[in-house]
Amino acid sequence: MKSSFRKAGEFAIEKLILLSGIASIVFVALIFIFLLQEGVAVLKHTSLGAFLGGKFWYPISNPARLGILPLILGSLLVTAGAIVIAVPLGIAAAFYIAEVAPRKLRAVLKSCVEVLAAIPSVVLGFLGIALLVPFLKRFLGLPTGLTAFAGSLMLAFMALPTIITISEDAINAVPREYKEGAIALGATHWQTLVRVIIHGALPGIIAASMLGIGRVIGETMAVMMVTGNAAVIPETLFAPVRTLTATIAAEMGEAAKGTPHYFALFAIGIVLFVISFAINLTADLFLHRGKKR
Amino acid sequence: MRGKKKTGRPASETAFGFLLLMTTLVHPGAAPSQKKAALQIKGSDTMVNLGQAWAEAFVRRHPKTNIAVTGGGSGTGIAALINGTCDIAESSRALEEKELQQAKAKGILIRQEVVALDGIVVVVHPSNPVGALTMEELREIFLGEIRRWKTVGGPDWPIVLLSREVNSGTHIFFKEHVLRRGKAKGPEEFAPAALMMPSSYAIAEEVAHNENAVGYYGLGYISPRQKVVAVAKDESSPFITPKIETVRTNTYPISRPLFLFTRGEPGGAVKAFLEFALSPEGQDIVVKTDFVPIK
Repeated sequence: MKSSFRKAGEFAIEKLILLSGIASIVFVALIFIFLLQEGVAVLKHTSLGAFLGGKFWYPISNPARLGILPLILGSLLVTAGAIVIAVPLGIAAAFYIAEVAPRKLRAVLKSCVEVLAAIPSVVLGFLGIALLVPFLKRFLGLPTGLTAFAGSLMLAFMALPTIITISEDAINAVPREYKEGAIALGATHWQTLVRVIIHGALPGIIAASMLGIGRVIGETMAVMMVTGNAAVIPETLFAPVRTLTATIAAEMGEAAKGTPHYFALFAIGIVLFVISFAINLTADLFLHRGKKR
Repeated sequence: MRGKKKTGRPASETAFGFLLLMTTLVHPGAAPSQKKAALQIKGSDTMVNLGQAWAEAFVRRHPKTNIAVTGGGSGTGIAALINGTCDIAESSRALEEKELQQAKAKGILIRQEVVALDGIVVVVHPSNPVGALTMEELREIFLGEIRRWKTVGGPDWPIVLLSREVNSGTHIFFKEHVLRRGKAKGPEEFAPAALMMPSSYAIAEEVAHNENAVGYYGLGYISPRQKVVAVAKDESSPFITPKIETVRTNTYPISRPLFLFTRGEPGGAVKAFLEFALSPEGQDIVVKTDFVPIK
């Protein structure tokens, strides 16, 4: 009696877990189907080439001009800038915290990083508008501080906690024997770090970077507040840009349902989806390659 | 007072859905057993403070009514009115042909009432010597044809254009009124290089910090951190500084009416609210929130 009861319970739990597993797949599929359904309709109003390669974004004009090339380039530029700043800094910080810092300092640094992660992006955006933007303008002698670079700095800030925390976990997960072995063979601490530990932790570090990048490309609020949002094809990192995410956030509120503008915003969603999918896929490929070796 | 309040407000004025959180529920403090009428007011971000001030005063007189005022933009309010999710739409622009047709398709007749006036102020950095521009100069500046302050009698600085986002009634009004010289369907657009700012706060902040910048916002945002530009209708007209008096007498060239839209002939609480907005007390509130009364 008792054992059959337990069996039933086990069966129920097993199915429940299966269901939650399937649910997440179903949700992703539903989201994608919905995006596709709403976004593909933009092709009734403009060709794929004109949409992806068009240089002008005047969505509420009559007829609307729906070219998102400046937006794609804007997003890529801001993201690239953020990666260049955040990845080396984040990895270096992770190594310092995990391997070099004295134990007391380590605890302080770790909680600081956690606090950094807890700052809402709107608040960062405010600091950006009030402090960073005027500073960049004066310091670099630009016509305006509202630039892709300001966005990259904000995003780097936001990606840092993710990169540091996950890289640090990866470094800590490297078996202690590797380190002890290296030191026993006469390697210095520095040699151990760059020749041994970094190899062991590499897949984790790449995953950390990719997750950081994923956070960055989808980020909206802070970027919208500091990049100026001008839909021009950016020539340098020090010019204003408009990103894909900021465009959706700024315009969705007033796009009337069923208009080309509305469909175009969903199509931008698809483009974002494809970009982040590509990033995740690359991360996966890297991780597997790392494992095979 | 309104200017001060807005400056302290998050920059997420329009698009961020942030405003949905700012929904102001005005409680009448009446006994819960009494039946309450609920009034939904939605629309222009420019008018959200005005709507809230009206609602607070109105509820004090009509304790049986519950009023919720939300922003989101003029178009959001009008769409909600057509879809039946609000009772009164606040709008800083007239109805568009498209919206009229949508309403007609649903068998709704939208009634519009002008309840206040608003002036749009062009601002530059306080250190910028340019203090007066004609409408044509403004037009060419925002079209990107004039790119340096030197051309309009200023120093040899580049011009950085600041505009509101496309979901802002102020953006649309400025485009149609200044860039297209009043022709709503004209071909002119803001220069692609114009920075699209998510809120009037963001424009005020950038103009205050950037001597190259020129931007525009509603009359209520005027502060000593930005320099107000006087505007002339054409070369032979005098330059007029935007003020309550000059907007009211219609001598300042960039001003606009503010509307309340309702479905059909209003009745009950909707009618009472409209009458209140137009009453001397309602118009007093218009002045207090830094807009211009119509009477």
